[in-house]
Amino acid sequence: MSVDLPTVPVQPLQSKDFASDQEVRWCPRCGDYSILAQMKKVLPTLGIPKEKFCFVSGIGCSSRFPYYVNTYGLHGIHGRAPAIATGVKLANPELQVWVITGDGDALSIGGNHFLHAIRRNIDMKIILFNNQIYGLTKGQYSPTSPLGQKSKSTPYGSVDHPLTPLSVAIGAEATFVARSVDVDIKHLTMVLERAAHHKGTAFVEVYQDCNVFNNGAFSYATEKETRSDSIVYLEQGKPLIFGKNREKGVRVAEGNRVEIVQLGGDIKEDDLLFHDEKAPEPSLAFLLSRMRYPEFPEPMGVFRDVDRTTYDESVTRQVDAARAKLGEGDVEKLLNSGDTWFVN
Amino acid sequence: MSTATLDAPASTNGKKLENLETVVIRFCGDSGDGMQSVGTQMTNASAIFGNDVRTFPDFPAEIRAPAGSLFGVSGYQLCFSNHDIFTPGDAVDTLVAMNPAALKTNIEDLKRGGTLIVNEEEFNKSGLQKALYDANPLDNETLMAKFRVHKVPMTRLNRDAVEGLGLSLKGADMCRNFFALGLVYWLYDRDPKPTEDFIRAKFAKKPDVVEANLRSLRAGMNYGFSTESFTVHYHVPPAKLPAGKYRKITGNEAVAMGLAVMAKLSGKTVVFSGYPITPASDILHDLSAFKHFGVKTFQAEDEIAAMAACVGSAFAGELAVTASSGPGICLKGEAMGLGMMTELPMVIIDVQRGGPSTGLPTKTEQSDLLLAMYGRNGESPLPIIAASGPGDCFSTIQEAFRIATEFMCPVIFLSDGYIANGAEPWRIPKVEELPRLNVEHITAANGQNGEYLPYKRNEKLARPWAKPGTKGLEHRIGGLEKKDVTGNIDYSPKNHQHMTNTRAAKIANIASFIPEQKVDGPASGKVLVVSWGGTFGAVRTAVQKAQAAGKSVAHAHVKYMNPLPRNLGTILKSYEKVLVPELNCGQLRLLLRNQYLVDAQGYNKIEGKPFLVNELINVINEFHG
Ligand SMILES: Cc1ncc(C[n+]2csc(CCOP(=O)(O)OP(=O)(O)O)c2C)c(N)n1
Ligand code: SF4
Ligand SMILES: [Mg+2]
Repeated sequence: MSVDLPTVPVQPLQSKDFASDQEVRWCPRCGDYSILAQMKKVLPTLGIPKEKFCFVSGIGCSSRFPYYVNTYGLHGIHGRAPAIATGVKLANPELQVWVITGDGDALSIGGNHFLHAIRRNIDMKIILFNNQIYGLTKGQYSPTSPLGQKSKSTPYGSVDHPLTPLSVAIGAEATFVARSVDVDIKHLTMVLERAAHHKGTAFVEVYQDCNVFNNGAFSYATEKETRSDSIVYLEQGKPLIFGKNREKGVRVAEGNRVEIVQLGGDIKEDDLLFHDEKAPEPSLAFLLSRMRYPEFPEPMGVFRDVDRTTYDESVTRQVDAARAKLGEGDVEKLLNSGDTWFVN
Repeated sequence: MSTATLDAPASTNGKKLENLETVVIRFCGDSGDGMQSVGTQMTNASAIFGNDVRTFPDFPAEIRAPAGSLFGVSGYQLCFSNHDIFTPGDAVDTLVAMNPAALKTNIEDLKRGGTLIVNEEEFNKSGLQKALYDANPLDNETLMAKFRVHKVPMTRLNRDAVEGLGLSLKGADMCRNFFALGLVYWLYDRDPKPTEDFIRAKFAKKPDVVEANLRSLRAGMNYGFSTESFTVHYHVPPAKLPAGKYRKITGNEAVAMGLAVMAKLSGKTVVFSGYPITPASDILHDLSAFKHFGVKTFQAEDEIAAMAACVGSAFAGELAVTASSGPGICLKGEAMGLGMMTELPMVIIDVQRGGPSTGLPTKTEQSDLLLAMYGRNGESPLPIIAASGPGDCFSTIQEAFRIATEFMCPVIFLSDGYIANGAEPWRIPKVEELPRLNVEHITAANGQNGEYLPYKRNEKLARPWAKPGTKGLEHRIGGLEKKDVTGNIDYSPKNHQHMTNTRAAKIANIASFIPEQKVDGPASGKVLVVSWGGTFGAVRTAVQKAQAAGKSVAHAHVKYMNPLPRNLGTILKSYEKVLVPELNCGQLRLLLRNQYLVDAQGYNKIEGKPFLVNELINVINEFHG
């Protein structure tokens, strides 16, 4: 019954080995294509045989993803992918489980499951394709759409205060939290790789362009002219520096706020905020997650990466401990437990 | 009820011991009075002695309702007999009422001439006020004349009994239930040993509490023995049950044990995902202690997650199961649909309770049958199987998994609050006799070109079950309509029609792989009574009594609710009239009328209470004419 531990396959796998025979049905130029391509690059590098992967998704454009990866896959129901994946992981902890979800899927209908998967630290990767819109249902605003956003259901602009997915994940005490952008190919590959290697719930938000219903929502973070001023890359142990000429930095000011400063003059690199993804307390990661465009450059990269026992590990340990203490379950003994008597 | 007086030897303090066949006792008091505990003890003592026993615990939804209030009354009824019985009895022979509220809410069920034991000290001003009595009912001579009344100063006698142990008054009063139990033990000639053993084990870490409870029990027995108020006591000889080794079991216990045993014997893991809800929670509690049998339990964040997790565990190749009650089953609907569409095996346990909405959480009802039948979007038939009593849950839950794995589909298992909490003696099966679940996972590609075809069906129309981790069988499935054989997404009209028909045919075809319906009584005649689920005992008893009285009546108790047994249509047409008593507004009746065009009539009760035998006898007699 037991499944072999991941072993390096004889023939190293390649990106094309992970392509399924299904026709990809996203709109042309949808950001989802790039995420799929980077995923297919990362998977063969992990040294895990194809059959040990399981992709689970909810409902939405993004959630079609499992059909396009040639591994085990389960296209679930709207919002419930983390719960479905929990069931997969409980039944077989040796599978590497990836959850693919959208902003509506994860944060609206599935908010509850999203929180609980994260707080339990189940060993799964949750990749949230954030396009700030409901794509599949043709363009209603979502829980991440900014205030004032016009959409099919908000012709006068949204009056619904948005959630910041990373803040939610950090609030739920996620052990791995990262962000990247669909078209930032190298960075996205790096982030997916880091997520794949994390033990526990790895949460990755990917800014994804829905060019049909919310075109250019993240252009500030992707366009050449604006990006260097509107995002800042996080690197472990390094100061937060950004700008076309790396002339600006992020500093922690009094009152535990962040502020943007000009480098040069009085302010040195050493005065800046140094990134520590391993910080025991999540407060720094949370602070970073609050940096929103246009007031701040938005951090990209790994916000947080810490160790905590995973739920599935603990479950397995309890089962082992019970077996060690009580012995293998004895059917005869169980049936005959409690008071018994004979009738002749 | 026949009685025989035995000669009273001197050691009985001159008291007569009479033989009885069947006795119904009800303990009632505050929800904090320990009534469930003493009821359970009396059940154990009677079962161990060899009587057949049935129980009906009936408690309020409030955990600690205000003391003495009418809605805080908790009751435990048991029936024990020298022959096999199927119900906890109708009218009560002996009622123990610990306070005025308990008396007020239960006295109606006490037989004329029955024994009433009350803790008279609680019938004080405040107790009477809380029970909304204007005058002390114990002073109501017309009322009291109907019964054999024993006003016992239980509080004082019990405090005296435990004096010197250093207990607080409150601590002393906590043992009062055992005083009452002791008195009933004397009255019904019960051996206190199993209860004494229980007390010693339960409070092993608190020797003073052990001593106090033992003394209370003894004091109660001695009170019966020595006071003049009691002149007779009764003996119910052991029943002639089928030979074997017995234990007592409740429905929820039987479900949990059935699952643990199945996990162990099949070598598979049972993954239970659930969210607490009355009256299903005990299944989660019990299973969480069975880890060493290969059981994993997951307390999910809600019922949606629990059901979704089941789909995930089933996809991963293990035995997935969830348990809930009506409100939770509603939440599971969408994910159950995913389970049916992905054609994965899993079992959904619905321990029905009074509805709709939050309804009557601790009371029983059979009103989720149509929810189980139709409570999902689209054409989504699922097999449904219903347990008929506590012990029956053990094999029925395993039968549910046989169907689920053989036909690759979710199966709904219906229990109810009455079955879940009710206890009965259960003949312990031999391990060799237990069924073995035979699960097969496909291990190699089944397509002509070496590809895996997840929706290529076998002769039972079941699709293969591939376990993730198996090389070469990587595949993707989901809730979108699938193409036959390949399982690829396909919305084309002909395919949808074909897949809808196939899914329905697969479930309908299960009728060929379940036993035929049996009938108790003549194969044809005037009246057929059709029942299902937890009403089995009451209906069977009522029909047998009607038969004994010369009525032309037979009984069919249905276990397989969907698909119905293949011979049921013929059976229904072999009788002039069909009567369907149900604890709902006529749900099985609707299905029977629909499927067989039979003019079935109903007898329907929605009081949150099981049927009484006498009530059914009257209905049958009237119906029979
Ligand atoms: C229970 C349920 N409610 C509503 C829907 C309709 N629905 C499908 S996808 C979706 C929103 C998808 O948005 P998002 O999660 O952001 O994914 P995207 O399409 O943008 O990738 C909705 C409302 C559904 N499929 N199921
Ligand atoms: S609607 Fe938007 S998110 Fe969906 S596939 Fe098209 S571009 Fe992509
Ligand atoms: Mg979206």
